[in-house]
Amino acid sequence: MRRIYMDYASTTPIDPRVFEAMKPYFSKKFGNTMSLHSIGQEAKRALEESREKIANLMNAKSGRVIFTSSATEANNMVLKGIAFANRDKGKHIIVSAIEHHCILNSAHWLETQGFEVTYLKVDKYGFVDLAELENTIRKDTILVSIMHANNEIGTIEPIEEIGKICRKKGVYFHTDAAQTYGKIPVDVEKMNVDLLTASSHKMYGPKGAAALYIADNVKIEPLLHGGGHEFGLRSSTVNVPAIVGFAAAAEIAKKEMNSEARRLTKLRDNLIKGVLKIEDSHLNGHPTKRLPNNANFWFAFIEGESLITQLDIYGIAASTGSACSSESLEPSHVLLAIGLKHEEAHGSLRLSLGRWSKKEDVDYVLKVLPRAVERLRAISPFGRKSK
Amino acid sequence: MKESLPYNKEIMKHFRNPKNLGRIKNADAVGEAGNIQCGDVMKIYLKIKDSKNKLRISDIKGEVFGCIVAIANTSMLTTMAKGKTLEEALKIDKEELIKKLGGREKIPPFKIHCSILAADALHEAIYNYYKKQNLPIPEELRKEHERIQKTLKDIEKRHGDFIKMEREILK
Repeated sequence: MRRIYMDYASTTPIDPRVFEAMKPYFSKKFGNTMSLHSIGQEAKRALEESREKIANLMNAKSGRVIFTSSATEANNMVLKGIAFANRDKGKHIIVSAIEHHCILNSAHWLETQGFEVTYLKVDKYGFVDLAELENTIRKDTILVSIMHANNEIGTIEPIEEIGKICRKKGVYFHTDAAQTYGKIPVDVEKMNVDLLTASSHKMYGPKGAAALYIADNVKIEPLLHGGGHEFGLRSSTVNVPAIVGFAAAAEIAKKEMNSEARRLTKLRDNLIKGVLKIEDSHLNGHPTKRLPNNANFWFAFIEGESLITQLDIYGIAASTGSACSSESLEPSHVLLAIGLKHEEAHGSLRLSLGRWSKKEDVDYVLKVLPRAVERLRAISPFGRKSK
Repeated sequence: MKESLPYNKEIMKHFRNPKNLGRIKNADAVGEAGNIQCGDVMKIYLKIKDSKNKLRISDIKGEVFGCIVAIANTSMLTTMAKGKTLEEALKIDKEELIKKLGGREKIPPFKIHCSILAADALHEAIYNYYKKQNLPIPEELRKEHERIQKTLKDIEKRHGDFIKMEREILK
């Protein structure tokens, strides 16, 4: 049967070129980067070359980038590390309401530790309001964290402008670029950011590696104390194979990113156009200011978990923000934040494209998705129109 | 966003080939149930025949706005209830239903509520039938009815727009 992966926003397969680059570092070049012998120093060199490549793709100096095990860890470190290092300055933090759970749940935890958090509202497309942000920044605000692009609805935030506001107000600004790094241009200078998170497994690198950019002047505490790896900011024996793979993925992205983004944008727009031909279907997020590979919809009268299971039966891997698919039985906080009602979020579907998505895949989805929606509507107590 | 959950074979069998799903035109009774926790809604339609002084379910169908477990359990319950007398149908055990769908250990704990929803809708349909025919309503069924109605009111608040949209379509 045909298998089509349309869930690249969840994770990506490793590019075969990345896999090749990693191989020697599992058994031959296995050294500990802290060891002084040549086997250790070989690993150390690989680590520093990787750092250089990864920093290069975000226009940062390599000494300003540290590696963590995941974007979740990097984001935890930003929120908690900035909060605890800057307590003397203030206790107020601003994040957007549509951040990834690793930001939101870190923020919730900080609230239990005496910090105050403002969750910035977004409009129907998912954009934060710049004026509101400016008004929300207080004298005791120590950090603003707003994602570069949203993982569910693909909306790309006006990071440069947000950065300008934060610079003007003298507040640290962090952006979670897990969904954008390696897919669209990321430039820490242009974006006016002090901290930036990038992830490996969202851009055809392996799982187990992420990068955190920390500008020169930033005061931050580590989460992990130990042997003093990563400039004393993240102790743990360094995961060299994963980081080498991450760097190989960054090198490929540097060469192919722009043409790939153009190709995916075209595919995405065809996909969106085709899907919206289904009756009572709606696009979530902005029609153009969105990730080149992201499409997100809601279909009236049906439930998303049933829909993605039906699609899975037809050979398509996708995801949903339906309440049924989460253990908390709450629909996606992002879809609720852009104004969807519970029952609308219930019928949501995210299709995310990637390096191996082809026109034929989109055509196939457009052929079978209406059938899947129709099948579920036929058994739904709502939506008689389609019968 | 989370990916589809791995369900057991029995549930997937019913999801792939659901039995008795859809509606019965000119049904003798209709029952509805909903779950406010997740927002799922279910309707059961009954055709009832009087044979040898016994009221028997001659046909049954269900409609579902909900997840795989909700669809599978509607399919399972309608299969179990078809041909039974109303008294027998009321005795269908919810635990039995769960067991037939693979058992408690093979259904994610937060999905157990979905796997008994169809039984609620069936009880409602039977309650509505007794009421319409002016037949005596067993005390237990009356209590069930009150509980289910309470959840439905909450659901109605949540799905108000769909219900309104549908009323306009049916006009």
